[in-house]
Amino acid sequence: MDFLNWLGSMPGAAAQGLIWGIMAIGVYITFKILDLADLTVDGSMVTGMATCAMLMTAGWNVWAAMGVALVAGMFAGLITGFFHTFFKIPAILAGILTQLILWSANLKIMGKANQALPARSFDVLITQLRKYESLVYLFVICVVLVAVLYWFFGTRYGMSIRATGCNEKMSRAQGINTSFNKVVGLAISNGIVAFSGALLAQYSGKADISDGRGAIVIGLAAVIIGEAVVSKMGQNFVIRLTGVIVGGIIYYVVYQTVIFFGLDTDLLKMLSAIVVAIFLAFPEMKRRFFSKKTVIKNKEAA
Amino acid sequence: MLEIKNITKVFNAATVNEKVALDNLSLTLEDGDFVTVIGGNGAGKSTLLNAIAGTFAVDEGTITVDGVNITKLPEHKRAKFIGRVFQDPMTGTAADMWIEENMALAMQRGKRRGLGWSITAADRKVFKEMLTRLDLGLETRLSTKVGLLSGGQRQAITLLMASMNNPKLLLLDEHTAALDPKTAEKVLAITKEIVEEQNLTTVMITHNMKDAIAFGNRLIMMNAGKIILDIKGEEKKALTVEKLLSAFAKAGSDGAANDRMLLI
Repeated sequence: MDFLNWLGSMPGAAAQGLIWGIMAIGVYITFKILDLADLTVDGSMVTGMATCAMLMTAGWNVWAAMGVALVAGMFAGLITGFFHTFFKIPAILAGILTQLILWSANLKIMGKANQALPARSFDVLITQLRKYESLVYLFVICVVLVAVLYWFFGTRYGMSIRATGCNEKMSRAQGINTSFNKVVGLAISNGIVAFSGALLAQYSGKADISDGRGAIVIGLAAVIIGEAVVSKMGQNFVIRLTGVIVGGIIYYVVYQTVIFFGLDTDLLKMLSAIVVAIFLAFPEMKRRFFSKKTVIKNKEAA
Repeated sequence: MLEIKNITKVFNAATVNEKVALDNLSLTLEDGDFVTVIGGNGAGKSTLLNAIAGTFAVDEGTITVDGVNITKLPEHKRAKFIGRVFQDPMTGTAADMWIEENMALAMQRGKRRGLGWSITAADRKVFKEMLTRLDLGLETRLSTKVGLLSGGQRQAITLLMASMNNPKLLLLDEHTAALDPKTAEKVLAITKEIVEEQNLTTVMITHNMKDAIAFGNRLIMMNAGKIILDIKGEEKKALTVEKLLSAFAKAGSDGAANDRMLLI
């Protein structure tokens, strides 16, 4: 029976995984494509949740509410981008500043620390009360999102954003306005994150001011897990983005599983952070390990 | 083509580390001039190129390219007029992007980058032709990451990229200094071919006196942010290392004399 219970929790884990996978795609755009660590997401996630919850409880259509959430997130990214490129504040600090701004902004949006969005009272797109139907919607949204991003980053302009993250000096020498591109990238990223927040508010039936805490770590975990999963499958952008979403699902399946085995949930954030730290430390550890080896080899050769 | 008037650049102004990198420097290049620049470390050679390219704004003076005053333009807007190759082969190309993506980025330099697809079949054909002429076997590797190529291959590609779209000015900042002698020779040969074929106005910094003499129609030597020697025309054609050294000794201040070892 235990196993069946565990199995029963999987559709929920997959749905949450897809939502966080979408969020992780936002993180992927800043962390991997622009080579920036953007901490705005902890705030913009909640901005998306709060915006969607407030608009829907005010009677707005779900798609309109999600659209406004997306725009609100983009605006948050714009602020971080402005701090970073115009005032030359380091990206991490710029993100933290915006995150703090958003904490107050989110409280003002909701007028309180949380807002219920019960699926029984409002016409939400996805909800944990209808897991399978929600899974289908989320899957379709993911496919559309990956397709749109594949197109966008394949255009001349999108390619110039990729170049900005890859080699800034070269990009400017090729006439690319790298500051503008960073702002655009941060806006798109946070727009996607807020959009995933809007989905999460519907799915969980609430928006809470502290829901975004540590979101960046979950996003990074999904990005890193996804990269490990698809690393052997080539460089194709669609595969990579899909990998990020799969990373989100794997994260939540593992999450549900460790909860199922009775792990103290207080420890979950710490464990997530440790897992991410280990993966981020991996290249450095590998470098040290290998450089040692080459030194020994050279000695032998001499 | 290029008119630099009295530019001055001071780094770390009003601190103990104050350094006058460019000191009231003026230089005018005619259309099609190929100038080689020599000078010791800290003479201001790279600073001069960076000032032209817009890496930083100069404190005083004006820079005009083909009649357009670019003194106040940001770096990315000047790129429309200027092609650049850097000393470090890693700098001129995006390592994680493919050869064709790098070339496409350069082909769109100075144009509006819209939402059209980044690389068309026609683009690929052009890239292939350009790469075939390099004779480095790169024409079959359009979708290879540039980061996997050797320094010489990367510099050759950067040269192709810098010369796309008929730049008004080609700036080469010791672009062969990081390469082994044989590769450097090959990249210099490619440089010469491209510059002559397109009749590009070129400024090339080099540490190698022989190269400075062998290439171009004009040679300038810098010291302490100033041009201390300017040799052109017939005099440049007849130049030898010995003549250059004696001219250098005559023109050189104390500081320049100390740099002499670096130049030989």
